[in-house]
Amino acid sequence: MNPRRKKRLAIVGSILIGIGVVSGLVLYALSQNIDLFFTPSEITQGKKDTGLKPSIGQRIRIGGLVVPGSVKRDPENLKVSFKLSDMAMPIVFNDDDPMITVYYEGILPDLFREGQGIVANGTLTEHPPTGLSIEASEVLAKHDENYMPAELAEAAGQKHDKATYSDKQLNSKDN
Amino acid sequence: MWKWLHPYANPEVSYHFTNKLLPWLSALAAIFLSIGLVWALLFAPADYQQGHSFRIFYIHVPAASLSMGIYFAMAVAAFSSLVWQLKLADASAAAMAPVGASFTAIALITGAAWGKPMWGTWWIWDARLTSELILLFLYLGVIALHNAFEDKNLAGKAAGILTLVGVINIPIIKYSVDWWNTLHQGSTVSKLGKPSMSLDMLWPFIFCFIGFSLLVGVIICLRFRNEILARNSIRPWVRELVKNNTSQ
Repeated sequence: MNPRRKKRLAIVGSILIGIGVVSGLVLYALSQNIDLFFTPSEITQGKKDTGLKPSIGQRIRIGGLVVPGSVKRDPENLKVSFKLSDMAMPIVFNDDDPMITVYYEGILPDLFREGQGIVANGTLTEHPPTGLSIEASEVLAKHDENYMPAELAEAAGQKHDKATYSDKQLNSKDN
Repeated sequence: MWKWLHPYANPEVSYHFTNKLLPWLSALAAIFLSIGLVWALLFAPADYQQGHSFRIFYIHVPAASLSMGIYFAMAVAAFSSLVWQLKLADASAAAMAPVGASFTAIALITGAAWGKPMWGTWWIWDARLTSELILLFLYLGVIALHNAFEDKNLAGKAAGILTLVGVINIPIIKYSVDWWNTLHQGSTVSKLGKPSMSLDMLWPFIFCFIGFSLLVGVIICLRFRNEILARNSIRPWVRELVKNNTSQ
């Protein structure tokens, strides 16, 4: 390689390395802010590295798995409440895991079911009976990266039934 | 070691090489895409929880990974153009940019159309979606710079520097779902070990992916040929080519 090319290679190479280092540092510094949501354990105990904890009344997003058996739907209207626990592999639900209750009024996304990953957007509040809870204004479903045909899923013990609503429930919002 | 590459730095040699390559690429692309798309959209089994909406995967994932792949290829071209000052590398980067921008747009649009029924929202500012949007803006910037200067060498240099600065975004897009909490799910196909998909869903994907990659190859070859002709229009061999074509 002739000296001029070598020099250009050195310049371009050092620019690339410099940008790499700079964006690495920026992303590291911002890493807490890039996360889309808090997990239930981060709300109760604070973020792992910084101990950052959301305060009561703050608008936050929470992400977690819907705890089986915790979904309570009002038969008269669209009010629903459910508990979220951390998304961790393998999926096990223990009673003493940190859990946050989410209150929501509206149609749930089609993918909502017990055990499903959910991201909810709302205000952190302190409900007397349930402790820390979220008054959600939006509930989004998060699906995982596993796709399988229905027969295979059933064989693996996974089934998806989407929530159904009665006319009474659907009409309750207009009143 | 790199001696075999040297003849291709000549525009005329490269032009005739792409000419020979094109019919093969187009035929293969047509075969793979028609098999892959029909298989994927009509015959592959539906997903257990997403039903038929899942089929958008077969277009969304190839488009998204190609949008990153094309950018990486463009960055390699920009790098060799800056270091070795290969004029053809600039021409190829200019040929690739709009193709990459289109595939990024396809990935974003199909992603939004998939997100609405499944997640419940068209758009969310999570790390994966935002970094992919930045990729689109990078492409648009590169295209704009290629067209902003009369002098093609200067344009190539400016666009090349932007391309290299932006290449840092590629690993960020790729690993965003592992590094941060996102609404977007993790990667299915490129997972180390085995992909988390059953085989009768994976095979149509492989056909679609190869098909779309070949299609990208075809479009880039066509654009690259035009770039070569436009940039060498005063050369005798181009005049000869035009004369032969018009006299036929």
